[in-house]
Amino acid sequence: MTVTPRLGELLLDGLSRSYGSQVALAALDLRIEGGEFIALLGPSGCGKSTALNCIAGLIAPTSGSISLDGRSLDGTPSERRGFGVVFQSYALFAHMSVRANIAFGLRMRRLPKAQVAARVDQALALVQLEGHADKYPGQLSGGQQQRVAIARAIVIEPPLVLMDEPLSNLDAKLRLEMRTELRRLHRELGLTTIYVTHDQEEAFSLADRLVVLRDGVTQQIGAPDEIYYRPANPYVADFVGFRNALPMTLESRAGDAGVAAGRGVRARGRVAGEATGGPVTLAIRPDDLVVGGPGENAFEITVDAVEFRGRSFVVEGVTGSGERLRGTSADAVAIGAGVTLRAPAARVLLFTKAG
Amino acid sequence: MRRRLAEHGIDRTLLLLLPALAFLVVIFLYPFVYGLVLSFQPERYVGVFANYQQFFADPFLRDTIAITLGLAVPASLFNVIASVPIAYRMRGAFRGKRLLIGMLVMPVTLGTVLIAKGLLTLLGARGWVNRALLELGLVEDPVRFVNNYWGVLLTLVITGFPFAFLLTLSYLGGIDPMLERAAATLGAGPRQRFWQITFPLLLPGLAITFILTFVLAFAVFPSAVLVGEPAGETRVISIVAYRAAYEQFDASMASAIAMIMGVVQLAVVALVLGVRGRLYRGPSGGTKG
Repeated sequence: MTVTPRLGELLLDGLSRSYGSQVALAALDLRIEGGEFIALLGPSGCGKSTALNCIAGLIAPTSGSISLDGRSLDGTPSERRGFGVVFQSYALFAHMSVRANIAFGLRMRRLPKAQVAARVDQALALVQLEGHADKYPGQLSGGQQQRVAIARAIVIEPPLVLMDEPLSNLDAKLRLEMRTELRRLHRELGLTTIYVTHDQEEAFSLADRLVVLRDGVTQQIGAPDEIYYRPANPYVADFVGFRNALPMTLESRAGDAGVAAGRGVRARGRVAGEATGGPVTLAIRPDDLVVGGPGENAFEITVDAVEFRGRSFVVEGVTGSGERLRGTSADAVAIGAGVTLRAPAARVLLFTKAG
Repeated sequence: MRRRLAEHGIDRTLLLLLPALAFLVVIFLYPFVYGLVLSFQPERYVGVFANYQQFFADPFLRDTIAITLGLAVPASLFNVIASVPIAYRMRGAFRGKRLLIGMLVMPVTLGTVLIAKGLLTLLGARGWVNRALLELGLVEDPVRFVNNYWGVLLTLVITGFPFAFLLTLSYLGGIDPMLERAAATLGAGPRQRFWQITFPLLLPGLAITFILTFVLAFAVFPSAVLVGEPAGETRVISIVAYRAAYEQFDASMASAIAMIMGVVQLAVVALVLGVRGRLYRGPSGGTKG
C-alpha cells in the first residue's frame, strides 16, 4: 500500500546556528520532497542534531529560514509545527502508560476520545506493541521503548518525521531489525523523514538521499550510491570507508583517468576535482585493495597486523616508503610477510587539492 | 550460610553501621523511651493516662494542636507552592544564577532568633515601617504587623522557604528536560507541558518537600514567642511543653505533650506519604531497557 505524503516540500535556506563564536551549523541548503527519506550523516559534533532541532523548532536558528510548502516556519514554536520527533533518549513520559504516551499528541489536538483510542490502537498495531498498551515505559525493553517513541511520533500523522539517532541505544541485532521496520513504516505511511545518524551503514541502508556534514559545513548531498562511490572530497571518502589515504602528485590526466606518483608508488585512478596536476590525495577502500586481487595498481607492503573478519582477513602493513595501507586477503597472512595489494583503477580515487 | 546471607545484603560491612546505631540509641531512642515512660507517670494527676486526659480535657492545652497546625500547614503549603514557579524558572543556566540562589537560600543561615529580631526592627510597634507611617500621619497608632499570627507565619516562611526551594530545585533537576521538548513537538504549549509532564513527575518530590518543611514548622518555638503572641494566637504546642517542663517543673506532663506533638507530626507525615504512594514514583525519564 502506498499513501500520498502529507508534505509537498520542505525548504531549508541557509540554515545556520552559532553558539557565540562557535559555528554549530553553517548555511545548510536543502530541498526535501514529500516522501523522501533524508539522512543527516556525520560524526558527533558535526551539526546534524543542531539542524534537526532547528527544523523541529527546539532551537532557534541564528540565520536562514525553513519553509514548509511555501509557508515560512520562522518563529513558529515547536508545538505548532506538528512534526513528529523521535529522540535518541526516547524521552518517553515515565508517569504515563504506553497508551497515554502515544495518545498525548492526539489529546493535545483535542480529538474526540473514541478517535484517539482508535488511532492509538492502530499505532500500537503498527509497531507491534498491542499487548503492552497498559505498561509503563520503565517496564519495557529498550527496543519496545523505541517503538513506543516511534508510535508516539507518527500517530499524529505529521507531515515530517524527525529522528535523532533513534537506534543508537539498541544492541546490534535489534538495530538491524528496527532499521527494516523504520523503512517499512516510512513507505507504508507515506512519511517524509529526516534521520540523523553517525552510522554510515545505517544512513546508506535507510535513506534516499544523504547529507554529509563536518563541523557544521555541508560536505556532500547525494544518493547513497553516489556518496559511496563518488565521495566529493577526502573527508567524505574517509567517512564512507576509504580508509587508505596517501598524499601523492598527479602526473597526468586524461578526462577522469589520472596517474599519480609519489612515496615510491604509482597508481592509476579516477580524478575528482578540476586540477590537471599538483598534489592529490589517493583514496582506496580496504575492500578494494586485495592481496593477489585484480587491477593494474600494485602496492608492496610488509604485513604487521592481521585481523580475522569472518569471510576474509584485514591485513595492515607499511610500504617501502613507510606509508601505512590496509587491505583485504582471502587467506591468512603471516605477520612480517611481504604481500602485494592490488586495486583496479576504477576503485581508486584521486582528489585534487581544494576539492 | 554466609553466602546465603550475603545474597540478602548481609555481610560484615554491616558492622560499620554499629557506631551510628549506638549513637541513635543514645541520642534518640533512649530519651524517647524515657520520655514515653515518664509521660505515663503523672506527677500532678492520678492514673497512667492522666497527663493525656488532662491535655485533651483542658482547652488551653488541647487547642495548641490546632494552633500549631494552623501555622505549620499554611506556612509549609505556601513554601512548597511558592518554590515551584521560582525553581521552575531557574532550571536552565543563566547569568547570575548562583548569586540568585545564594540570595534565596541565605535566610537558612540566619536562624529564627535573628530573623525575629529583624522582623521586630522592621515591622514592630516601634519599627521602621510604623515610625514612617506615624511620621507621615497615615496612622494614629502603630499598626500591629507582628506579635501576632502573621508575624510567626512570616518567620516560618522566611526560614522554611529556602529549604523548600532548594529541594524543589533539585527535584526539578532530576526531570529530563527532553520530556518537555518531546511534549512540545507533540503539540503541548508551555502550560500543558508543565501541568501534564513536569508537575506530575515533580509531585512526589513536592510531597517530601512539604513533609520536611512541615516538620520544621511544627516545632516552631522561638519565633512564636518573639514575634508572636505566645499567650493567645500563637500558643503553639512547643510553648506549652516548655512551660510544663520549666515553669511548672512537671517533666511528666511535658513528656506527654512532646509525645502528642510527635504523634500529630507522624499523622501528618503518614497522611502525606499515603497520598504520595498513590502517585507515580518511578524514574522521571531516561529509562533504559
